[in-house]
Amino acid sequence: MKHTIEAPLTEEKARELKAGDIVSINGIIYTARDAAHKRMVSLIQEGKPLPFDIRDQIIYYVGPCPAKPGDVIGSAGPTTSSRMDAYAPELIKLGLKGMIGKGLRNEAVIDAMKSCGAVYFGAIGGAGALIARSIVAEELIAFPDLGAEAIRRLTVKDFPAVVIIDSDGNNLYKTGREKFQIVTP
Amino acid sequence: MRTIHIDSIIEAVEKLCMDSNYYLNDDIIKGLEKGFNAEESDNGKEILSKIIENAKIAKERSMAICQDTGMAVVFMDIGQDVHITGGSLTDAVNEGVRRGYEKGYLRKSVVRDPIDRINTKDNTPAVIHYNIIDGDKIKITVAPKGFGSENMSGLKMLTPSQGIEGVKSFIIETVEKAGPNPCPPIVVGVGIGGTMEKAAFLAKKALLRPIDIRNDVPYLKELEEEMLERINRLGIGPSGLGGRITALGVNIEVYPTHIAGLPVAVNINCHATRHSEIII
Repeated sequence: MKHTIEAPLTEEKARELKAGDIVSINGIIYTARDAAHKRMVSLIQEGKPLPFDIRDQIIYYVGPCPAKPGDVIGSAGPTTSSRMDAYAPELIKLGLKGMIGKGLRNEAVIDAMKSCGAVYFGAIGGAGALIARSIVAEELIAFPDLGAEAIRRLTVKDFPAVVIIDSDGNNLYKTGREKFQIVTP
Repeated sequence: MRTIHIDSIIEAVEKLCMDSNYYLNDDIIKGLEKGFNAEESDNGKEILSKIIENAKIAKERSMAICQDTGMAVVFMDIGQDVHITGGSLTDAVNEGVRRGYEKGYLRKSVVRDPIDRINTKDNTPAVIHYNIIDGDKIKITVAPKGFGSENMSGLKMLTPSQGIEGVKSFIIETVEKAGPNPCPPIVVGVGIGGTMEKAAFLAKKALLRPIDIRNDVPYLKELEEEMLERINRLGIGPSGLGGRITALGVNIEVYPTHIAGLPVAVNINCHATRHSEIII
């Protein structure tokens, strides 16, 4: 199914999305990669507030290129999500509803997604120049010393993604591959 | 003895960093188009068409094909009759990288130490491979390497008894394990033989060969073709969503090795198998 979804995302809406759905995302999303995740989880452990209210938010795993003069952002495709697996369950438990990235997730992330009603979206790896066109505003909100890895608030319009893993744990990477794999004896 | 000033090295490296990140080479574009025609999965076709469109946008707008503009891998083939003046050659290469990544609005992805992980903020240092060749010219190749795919690469010291079947299994295993992570469709560089580091180097070098040119050693040509076919039977497909086109090409290089060993390295690259060359 094709869906247009608004970010932030409610649990109700997140639970409606199914693996294989093609989505177009509008609204506010946040960027974070390895270094920002590490810091966010440290803040949680210290009992300090996160740089943004994580409830119902979507985090995009991206470290964009610098914007050329006149542009909102440089090339901005997804990075490999599994590097965030160590941190994601903690954030999902605090209300994170969506993650956008590429590649496999581990069981701990999928279990947290199922119990809290979160979704894992895939963006097209290697299509950073194309994806940048759907980012209409960008603001650095935390950890500027991290450079490309700082946390940014992005306003997106028609951001193209696919539901890879839904809140029931269905996984497009598995089902998609099964249809096309040729097993030779 | 021909004299080359480091300024021309700096200038060349600066330009090559930008060019390689903006412009996808023709062999890859052709490979993607061929893949689009052959792909049977709707999702796969859609992803391939977006990747082709992405390359057009990057070229027209002089922007990075992918935000992971890589660690700069620089191959320097230096003629033995060249004398370099004006300062350190290594410093010149790094200065070229520094300027290219800054002026080109490319992402700075290098950390100064693998454990403390402080970003150097200028994408230096590069990984530089020097090679002395005949003649009085310098060939510079800049090949920015993204780590989504680099992280999925592997090396194994096989035993001679495992032979070619062992090599095949390791290639397939590595690609299958990588699954959707390295942004398929991928290009696979394989190095067989030499020592541990030589095999890894050969695998990296193999990625510089256009994907439409096969190894001229008959058994290696066959091996490249067989591996491509078997990888594309895995069903991983573009972006890992399922499909026929998991790889665009497999390039294999070999080197003599020790009586006791059979090193194999598999270096995975995404479709953005970027490299630009110049001869000075």
